[in-house]
Amino acid sequence: MLARTGHARLEDLFAPIPAALRLARALKVPEAQSEQEVFEHLTALAAKNEHAQAGPWFLGAGSYAHYLPSAVDALVSRAEFTTSYTPYQPEISQGTLQAIFEWQTMICALTGLEVANASMYDGASATAEAALMALRLTRRRKVVVAAGLHPHYLQVLETYLGGLGASIVTLPLAGDGSSALPAQAIDDQTACCIVQQPSFFGTIEDLRAAAAVTRASGALLVVTVTEALSLALLEAPGALGADLVCGEAQSFGVPIAFGGPHLGFLAARSAQVRQLPGRLVGQTVDAEGRRGFVLTLSTREQHIRRERATSNICTNQGLCLLMATVYLALLGRRGLRELAELNLAKAEYAKARIRSSQRLRLPFSGPTFNEFVVGLAEPAERVLERARDAGVVAGLDLAPFAPALGPALLMCVTELASRDSIDRAVTLLAGTSS
Amino acid sequence: MSANATSGFGYEEPLLFERSRSGRRGAEIPAPDVPPIDAAKLLGALARADLVGLPEVSEVDVVRHFTRLSTWNAAVDLGLYPLGSCTMKYNPKLNERVARLPGFAAAHPFSPAERVQGLLALCHSLEQLLAEISGMDRVTLQPAAGAQGELAGIMMIRAYHTARGEKRTRVLVPDSAHGTNPASAALNGYEVVSVASGADGILHPAAVAAAMNDQVAALMITNPNTLGLFERHIAEICEIVHARGGLVYGDGANLNALLGIARPGDMGIDVMHLNLHKTFSTPHGGGGPGAGPVAVKEILAPHLPVPVVVRRADGAFAWQSDLPGSIGRLHGQHGNVGMLVRAYTYILSLGAAGLRRCSEMAVLNANYLLARLADHFHVPYPGTVMHECVLSDRNLAETGVTTLDVAKRLIDHGYHPPTIYFPLIVPGALMIEPTESESLEGLDRFADALLEIAAEAKSDPDRVRSAPHRTRLRRLDETLAARKPVLRWQPDDSSR
Repeated sequence: MLARTGHARLEDLFAPIPAALRLARALKVPEAQSEQEVFEHLTALAAKNEHAQAGPWFLGAGSYAHYLPSAVDALVSRAEFTTSYTPYQPEISQGTLQAIFEWQTMICALTGLEVANASMYDGASATAEAALMALRLTRRRKVVVAAGLHPHYLQVLETYLGGLGASIVTLPLAGDGSSALPAQAIDDQTACCIVQQPSFFGTIEDLRAAAAVTRASGALLVVTVTEALSLALLEAPGALGADLVCGEAQSFGVPIAFGGPHLGFLAARSAQVRQLPGRLVGQTVDAEGRRGFVLTLSTREQHIRRERATSNICTNQGLCLLMATVYLALLGRRGLRELAELNLAKAEYAKARIRSSQRLRLPFSGPTFNEFVVGLAEPAERVLERARDAGVVAGLDLAPFAPALGPALLMCVTELASRDSIDRAVTLLAGTSS
Repeated sequence: MSANATSGFGYEEPLLFERSRSGRRGAEIPAPDVPPIDAAKLLGALARADLVGLPEVSEVDVVRHFTRLSTWNAAVDLGLYPLGSCTMKYNPKLNERVARLPGFAAAHPFSPAERVQGLLALCHSLEQLLAEISGMDRVTLQPAAGAQGELAGIMMIRAYHTARGEKRTRVLVPDSAHGTNPASAALNGYEVVSVASGADGILHPAAVAAAMNDQVAALMITNPNTLGLFERHIAEICEIVHARGGLVYGDGANLNALLGIARPGDMGIDVMHLNLHKTFSTPHGGGGPGAGPVAVKEILAPHLPVPVVVRRADGAFAWQSDLPGSIGRLHGQHGNVGMLVRAYTYILSLGAAGLRRCSEMAVLNANYLLARLADHFHVPYPGTVMHECVLSDRNLAETGVTTLDVAKRLIDHGYHPPTIYFPLIVPGALMIEPTESESLEGLDRFADALLEIAAEAKSDPDRVRSAPHRTRLRRLDETLAARKPVLRWQPDDSSR
């Protein structure tokens, strides 16, 4: 090969690199190991982590433990999906393209909007991109954030907006745990209001009221969803007046994986599609008139528009999108609803048990889906540690996020929680077992 | 024709929604062990009546549907996938296996640090490995892809200038750069100033010096650049930028050329992202997920995104969030950790010598292809290339055959086409990156196919211009898709 390239030695291929810039030593990286050795090392590291398959699990807060049907991993593991890239060449990427088109269609159905993109990095960046889109659409400079937005999403929003001179106004939590949106908080400089549904605290918000007050000032309503399964029971945000619906679809068949890769989504109305960030797949025909799919409206994107693009996003969460598309196909119209009903029923059962406990309380009165706040008689850190020692991961300590609540935790009850495990968790939280 | 692929069955497959039949389902939900709840009653006006729009299909319907769709894709596991600057190398199966271990795949980001020491240890080790490979001091693993890494890097640069009481407004970007570079700078509120490459395809110190002033926050540079050429004036260029108070951002998309051979940190780069889905073998997944860790010099460490993983005096790992100069949080949690697990596995498997060998073979393969093709395709910037080479369609001008036609005809030969019409500074560019994964015979078959197409462009140009001929669908009408956007399926869709 070197004879053909006209180089005497392999090193000569690197002649364009000035000698002074070349590394004169070997990298300080361990020597190569066999597959078996690496596997054993990684298995040992994995064994040092608690995880949602090891026992009763009530921790959600944006990353949810749901059952993963076997067909999801079997299908997405097909190398034709896993080892392909962005479908730039549609004639040999129709599998990926059609799946994305199906995803876009299902997200439109779930959100009640007309156009959805081919995924964002995660719910947090999807929310930030939705806010940026609202700033462009309204040419205003202020973003109002309702109290129930996931605290990490708020932090990411602050990071994304930091260099653009836009301001963020955060509102306080109402006494009943809902995220009130008072009219006086919104003015003619407000680009959008961001409301999470259900809120970080689990409360199902009155989106109709939020839409009315937002519309009155000419701002856009952005609804963020972290528990996408809730969309199976709750009226589509688009039908209640949301202009942009975004969030996290990890619940649809994507492993928790320590918080990533997850699956951000973003949907809008057709009239706003030119300001939508990210990739879009559209239907078209081939030279013989047969239906096919292509990446489209790419003049919004960085590889065409460069510094005038709607976003800098390029690589997205393609394979996670495929997991969710397979998952939604498997569960379908009836299964997804039944699953959501089961989550609701189990959460309501847990709430009833908590209500009847002398040492626990439910500080908020509003309706919830599968997640809610539990008031405790002693610091949550201590309670959670005790539950962990008994093999139960009982929720999230809210002290770092909402200290005003006093000792409290956020508890998530999905289909994975059996009645027995719920009983056990409640007993452990009340501290009456040991 | 030297086709290396013919298809078995070319299945037709409708959309899921067209397969849907009332009452079918692909998953059973467990029977409730708690009392049922009337959702409509509980939720009142906020309840949804029905999930109209989701399909009703059986499990075998779903399995056949997606299996059939998969057969319409090209993939690295099927053959050479020479997308330039995308580094479509082989993705080892071990990576996939370990990423699925429950201790990684079912671990939760809100578990207390002391309960997930294995993951924190892995992140800490990977940061150190990437710092060593790139020649930098510190690393954040949070960015979910290269473009988010660019965003993080430019934010850190802004924070650096702000901390020094400076407000700079411009970012310099060479005309050969990826589109994400100017887009990332603009997303940070910077004015983007394009700097022209020289006649030899690389950036020259004089061009940078002319554009450099105390309004410039940073220069963004890709090295090797998108022509596959090493920016050999890089050290001098960095000195020019530094002398006027600016910083240099390195786009690590093309790092696959340099592993163990040279390090961006030793060239004067202050901050760079690494695409784990390119250089470090995590799968591209039909468009993602990727991972775009950012490596920085010590001067930028105060501005890293939070939280950062630290090793305490007692040897345990912990998250640190109180970093006053930080740009803040960039990801909802800790980044695309599943991809980090795969990349870590890859680095341990290859080791120091294997990483270097990987770059040597990637560069040898690119130069070999260039040598085989140079007499038949126009080479806009001749010379030794690094991991990729760029050709153009100029020699085919008389035939009427364009780069797009060559790309589509390659499909008939069983190859995914190279990146086309990029970089923008080469009209009709074909950007070919074979990676280290290909054998000599595999490279020869691919070169033979391109040469056959070049000959066919002269003997039967219409055949080339109407390619592909052997795929399930012929060339697709992208203009129609953009002119009359159909972005979801609807039951009353007249085109059914």
